[in-house]
Amino acid sequence: METNQTKNAPTNVVGKPMDRVDGPAKVTGAARYSAEISVPGTVYGVLKTSTIAKGRITSIDTTRAAKEPGILNIFTHQNLPKPAKTPKQVEKWRAAQSYLPMQDDQVQYAGQPVALVVAATLEAATQAAALIQVTYQAEAPIDSFHDPKAELFDPQKIQQGKKDSHVVRGNPQQAYDGAAIKHEATYVHAINHHSPMEPAATLAVWEGADKLTVYESSQNVTMHQGALADLLGMPREQIRVVTKYIGGGFGCKGSFWPHTILTVLAAKAVNRPVKLVLTRQQMFTGVGHREDQEQTLKMGATADGKLVSLVHTKRATTSPWDNYTESNGKILDMLYACPNYSTTYELARANVMTSVWMRAPGEAPGSFALESSLDDVANQLGIDPLEIRLRNYADHDYSNNKPWSSKSLKQCYTRGAELFGWDKRNAKPGQNRKGRVLVGHGMATASYPVHSSQGTARVRLFADGHAVVEAGATDLGTGTYTVMTQVSADALGLPPEKIRFELGDTRLPTAPGSGGSVAAGTVASSIMAAAEDVWDKVVKMAVADKKSPLYKAKPADVKVELGRMFLIKDPKKGETLLATLGRSGQPDIEGSGTGKYGAGYEEKNFGQNGADENNDKKEKVSGGHSMHSFGAHFCEVEVDPDLGTVRITRWVGVHGVGTVLNLKTATSQMTGGAIYGIGAALMEDTFRDPNYARYTNADLAGYHVPVNADIPDIKVEFVPETDPYINYLGVKGIGELGMVGVAAAVGNAIFNATGRRMRSLPITPDKVLEALRQPA
Amino acid sequence: MNNFSYIQADKAKEATTAKRDDKSAAFIAGGTTLLDLMKLNVENHDQLIDVNMLPFRGIEMTKNGLRIGALERMSDVGEHPLVVQNFPAVSQSLLLAASAQLRNMASIGGNVLQRTRCGYFRDTAFPCNKREPGTGCPAIEGDNRNLAILGTSDACIATSYPGDLSVALVALDAVLTLENAKGKQREVPITKFYLLPGSTPQKETVLEDDELIVAVTIPQTAAAQKSMYLKVRERTSYAYALASAAVGLEVQGGVIRAAKVALGGVGAQPWRSPEAEKMLVGKAPSEAVFRAAAEAALRGAKPREHNAFKVEMAQNTLVRALSEVAA
Repeated sequence: METNQTKNAPTNVVGKPMDRVDGPAKVTGAARYSAEISVPGTVYGVLKTSTIAKGRITSIDTTRAAKEPGILNIFTHQNLPKPAKTPKQVEKWRAAQSYLPMQDDQVQYAGQPVALVVAATLEAATQAAALIQVTYQAEAPIDSFHDPKAELFDPQKIQQGKKDSHVVRGNPQQAYDGAAIKHEATYVHAINHHSPMEPAATLAVWEGADKLTVYESSQNVTMHQGALADLLGMPREQIRVVTKYIGGGFGCKGSFWPHTILTVLAAKAVNRPVKLVLTRQQMFTGVGHREDQEQTLKMGATADGKLVSLVHTKRATTSPWDNYTESNGKILDMLYACPNYSTTYELARANVMTSVWMRAPGEAPGSFALESSLDDVANQLGIDPLEIRLRNYADHDYSNNKPWSSKSLKQCYTRGAELFGWDKRNAKPGQNRKGRVLVGHGMATASYPVHSSQGTARVRLFADGHAVVEAGATDLGTGTYTVMTQVSADALGLPPEKIRFELGDTRLPTAPGSGGSVAAGTVASSIMAAAEDVWDKVVKMAVADKKSPLYKAKPADVKVELGRMFLIKDPKKGETLLATLGRSGQPDIEGSGTGKYGAGYEEKNFGQNGADENNDKKEKVSGGHSMHSFGAHFCEVEVDPDLGTVRITRWVGVHGVGTVLNLKTATSQMTGGAIYGIGAALMEDTFRDPNYARYTNADLAGYHVPVNADIPDIKVEFVPETDPYINYLGVKGIGELGMVGVAAAVGNAIFNATGRRMRSLPITPDKVLEALRQPA
Repeated sequence: MNNFSYIQADKAKEATTAKRDDKSAAFIAGGTTLLDLMKLNVENHDQLIDVNMLPFRGIEMTKNGLRIGALERMSDVGEHPLVVQNFPAVSQSLLLAASAQLRNMASIGGNVLQRTRCGYFRDTAFPCNKREPGTGCPAIEGDNRNLAILGTSDACIATSYPGDLSVALVALDAVLTLENAKGKQREVPITKFYLLPGSTPQKETVLEDDELIVAVTIPQTAAAQKSMYLKVRERTSYAYALASAAVGLEVQGGVIRAAKVALGGVGAQPWRSPEAEKMLVGKAPSEAVFRAAAEAALRGAKPREHNAFKVEMAQNTLVRALSEVAA
């Protein structure tokens, strides 16, 4: 058998634009989302949330509420059973927010749960929650880092202690001071909310005092299981978390939030299965958000546009307890060939819940600053924006001095420019008129890292020619079911309709969740590892089987491709896995395996130094390769200079993402990434009232995400790319990549159209009109 | 949402009498605003009187103009050939509003009574003089980006009617037919239907408790024929206007004989501008004349921290709309 490394094995269905295997179930309603699942005896939980943002509860009157029909209990901080541990005491599977509401009389943010009604019907629970009278002793809240009462501080560490708040490479300030071109600008990013179509939902089912099943809308069932085990003081094996379908998450379902544990505690107390679904309004204060933030970027460059220094600072709002902030600096550190770099994070505590990763956390807002400033410098020096990016092309990763595992960015630039017709762009801003509107063209680079991850899978091949493949991963709606069916089909040489791929259950082999763009690469690798286990077992059967053409062959001389075993030296000699299995009389055979993604995969297969002994280059690299996907966005806008409106009229995105598992779902995901980015660029903005620290537009009529009418035809292509270092199939993650650089591409196009640089997201008509009033 | 009883009225009198006898009752037609506000506990009614079975239907040309039954649906009216051909501003205002699903449900009478989208009004955690008189108006110092700059008061700065249709109806001098519990009908010009907030922002129209809108009549004029509705917003669909304009011009021999101008998204009520019309009538259409009219329309504007842009945006919207109908 070959070693476990990327093979250019033939494929039948991997890469094909196969329709979603879960499509029919979704369009017919057969697919049950977490909130649609009921078990016998299910009752309904509804949260009552705080009207104030800071203070304490002085009384809770449930008299009227309790008169609603079928009330089982009304929980408040006075009678809700306490968890074994608070989120603060939990180490491994820590909740995004370390503060758990309903433990005392304190109120720390608007929309914080203060009571939980459990009733026989959703309607009664909802009305009872409305009838609970809570009186507060309110204090003046802090609404954001802009609040005069707020104090910026150096958090030392951000993201639950995982990252430093200050990073320096080289001599950034000195290099900036000595640079021929000095550019300094401040960028603003509005509060954004993930706003998936499916709200967060929990159905908690206790089967006895020490056995719990939770149907949760979760991007990561393992995480939810671990967090519950820790909080409840229960062994993980006693807790099952199930998530069969997700209607979008964008990060907000990848963390543990208060509603889940509150529901579980209430279910135990009423001794009934309790279902709780956050309302759309509660989705704005229940599952995190992208924080309000401001970045200042000093960009130093030579007179011919080569970057010499990037000095980046970020100021942002965080919660009273946690030091979460997106690490915007990451992408500034690695995207270009810049010898000097620093970033500094400053936070201020306000009466808001803890913010959390939202699609391309860090990279999305970070790239807006970097790519806008670079566009300015290009314009200032009269260099084409594409050309300045080529002049700063990083042939290795400057942040860690490692070579890239693969990088096809130049091909992305070239192909994108060709598809878009970039050479026809008028470089001079404000010159391109079409009737009443100004037309502009802009571009930006996209990049997202390959995060290290691993997971397990199980493959069970049946002699009758079908297979069941299992991994405890999740499908956000992006296509995990489909692509893993394709991977399994080729691994076993079966048609995809003979594969049943199961996910979303902690009873299945542990797999990573959908987050950080790790799912596809990791789960595909896990399936291949499990399939190899099956291959090994069947090859052993074949070489011992007199009727097999492989009888008496050495297993090491046998290779398996598309479900067929054959002699490497004489490929005609061989037979299918099923042929051997069928003769054996054994009804099925099972294999399992662990797959790795990213650095762990490289280390396992290429050694500590990432050097591949079989690699032609024979490179010896300390600590292996830097792993990223790259891409380029090209955007055309029409700006109405009288009305301030911006319409995207054309979009091209070309990306290098290693192996594409399914051209259709991958294209959809990259298209969705562009749309998500356009939302942040042009309209998404949650307004927090400065005096009440409470949102004023917390619904989908007030919080604008793009509709079809906002989106032109988006052209997405992938350039061919092979990456042997990242995982078995050479798959890079694509979930976040499509959004990175989008806001900058839009802003750059608006600059080209109007000669005005928009540095505050979202770029709404009022801001455009204001900019147009200023001289160009 | 509180529990409520529901009755279906077969006759107008049954509906209006029930409403008269129960101060907490509400009529329901499409329900697109009412149920939304009831779910938010902004409105609490103990009885809903379903008026959908009443005979207030039909879209027909009469001697007074186009008569539209109050229970006609937005989508049906917006796409009706008589409306499209004779009242383009009305058709456009309907089809640019809301979403297809909402337009299929929402009635014309209900649309005229649509309530503000002010975030403070819609969230019972906030004080609001419109929802709870005397509690205050946090919008004045808070999120006022979407709120009004004309006709506001110290008590309320909401765009009390946030929609589109009534802007066109106000521009084109539509008349509402109302019927009360005595079975008596009266006609109210829509320009007199809405009330400015003053110190009583909770009182939004002249509609009496027992009155029901039964029809809208729009006079057929040359200006209505040459009219348009222009709506500005950051999202192309399913978004309320930051600013909008409904305009109609009658131009004869190179001179504006009649002008109809109303603004949406900027007024405490759908904002008819006789000041702008005065600047237009008798003049030859030109960008300068339109600009002068637009400036006149916004002269009394009182912008706040986040909605100062609306002055320029509304002016430009008006100039653009006038330029397009004059072209």
